[in-house]
Amino acid sequence: MRPVAIIGIGKTPFGAFPGRDLRSLAVEAGAKCLKNGHTGPSQIDAFFLGNFAGPSFVGQNHLAPYVSTALGIQGVPATRVEAACASSGSALFHAYTGVASGVYDTVLVVGVEKMTSQPTPKVTEILAGAGDCAGEIKAGSTFASLFAMIARRHMHEFGTTREHLAAVAVKNHANGALNPDAQMRKVITMEQAMGGKPIADPLNLYDCSLISDGAAAVLLAPAERAGEFTDKPVRVLGIAQASDFVALDQKPDITTFPAVRLASAKAYRMAGVGPADIQLGELHDCFTIAEIIAIEDLGFAARGEGGPFTLEGHTARTGDKPINTSGGLKSKGHPVGATGVAQICDLVLQMRCEAGERQVPRHSLGLAQNLGGSGATCVVTILGTI
Amino acid sequence: MNKATIMSNATNDATGTIYTETVIYSATEAFAADVPYQTVIVTLDSGGRVTGRIAGERVRIDDRVARAEFRDGVPFFRKLA
Repeated sequence: MRPVAIIGIGKTPFGAFPGRDLRSLAVEAGAKCLKNGHTGPSQIDAFFLGNFAGPSFVGQNHLAPYVSTALGIQGVPATRVEAACASSGSALFHAYTGVASGVYDTVLVVGVEKMTSQPTPKVTEILAGAGDCAGEIKAGSTFASLFAMIARRHMHEFGTTREHLAAVAVKNHANGALNPDAQMRKVITMEQAMGGKPIADPLNLYDCSLISDGAAAVLLAPAERAGEFTDKPVRVLGIAQASDFVALDQKPDITTFPAVRLASAKAYRMAGVGPADIQLGELHDCFTIAEIIAIEDLGFAARGEGGPFTLEGHTARTGDKPINTSGGLKSKGHPVGATGVAQICDLVLQMRCEAGERQVPRHSLGLAQNLGGSGATCVVTILGTI
Repeated sequence: MNKATIMSNATNDATGTIYTETVIYSATEAFAADVPYQTVIVTLDSGGRVTGRIAGERVRIDDRVARAEFRDGVPFFRKLA
């Protein structure tokens, strides 16, 4: 295996864009990424598309060549990867293996989702397709309700409070307010975050990520060739994908995600670093409780301590372990198929010192954690400029 | 397996303890008429867990429940006194 670098990034803003279709979003992100990597479509050896539910949201299938040809990429393998909300994290993982193994040199990875053309109840139904449709979903579960049940159990076992959950939302909104590409650039108070419209007890509207349109892209190349494309390469020091049960009721313990523990253990080992070394993270806060559990599963805080760790300010932009300086899925937006690659783009911005007002001072070792469903897929990526 | 064990399993399959629960206020169209409704994961006395719904009085973690009925294959549980 040979070292791999990220040599280009590109993103659309996240939001509700009634005039934009899936392909135009994906093409915008992909074209920006090629330009950022000082390359062109004819130099791309393979194309991977992360997308969760294009066929359900917009009725289009065969999405990878549909997007790649619109970018001017002709003839090379073009493959769509679906792993619920970890679709583009998984696309990145597979693109990485292609470059690291020497099969490809330059690979473009795009993540995209176009969600807002459907009404909210229909979006809820499409998202529920990432759960066990023969069991939990048939019983009336939504994704918010699955994470609500996780939150209830976490509160019961560890004393996690409503205030802890709200602290995640307040922090991520404060960060998103500084991100020009974020969907909801709005600071919120603890009072607001505690008192939102109930969605599934104990989660309210402010505990839930957004319904979004958007796309993001990264360009990979062998590290030894990175200098041909950019003077600011970022190395992929570690990357791993892990899997677990789709149905929540099959998991022996729902207050931890084994796939997150497995993927992060592998990625840490590959990178030769530990949780204490990580300087900043983009974590999968699809719901506030998910960020609290991710903090624990990644080893940033002890089991059951993710809530107090957040409330004490460790994960704030000014804290010792800044998490989701982009605003996270909560405030930046969550076009599900774009999220995994967007996390990487946001880390790279920080690592290149291009994060503007939200720039953090320590930015040479970053971690992204992308979760699919209620934990059935996890991709953890560790990036470094060291 | 002797007859007594089979009978005991048949009984235990219908009772259990609440592992976790939530009350849902925002649902898909198929369940919109039911909101707010409570879904639960029950640890069955016979072993294993199942996701179901609550009929009647709301439940909390560690409450004891018994299966009241199946509706379209979904188990509905009722709180035991």
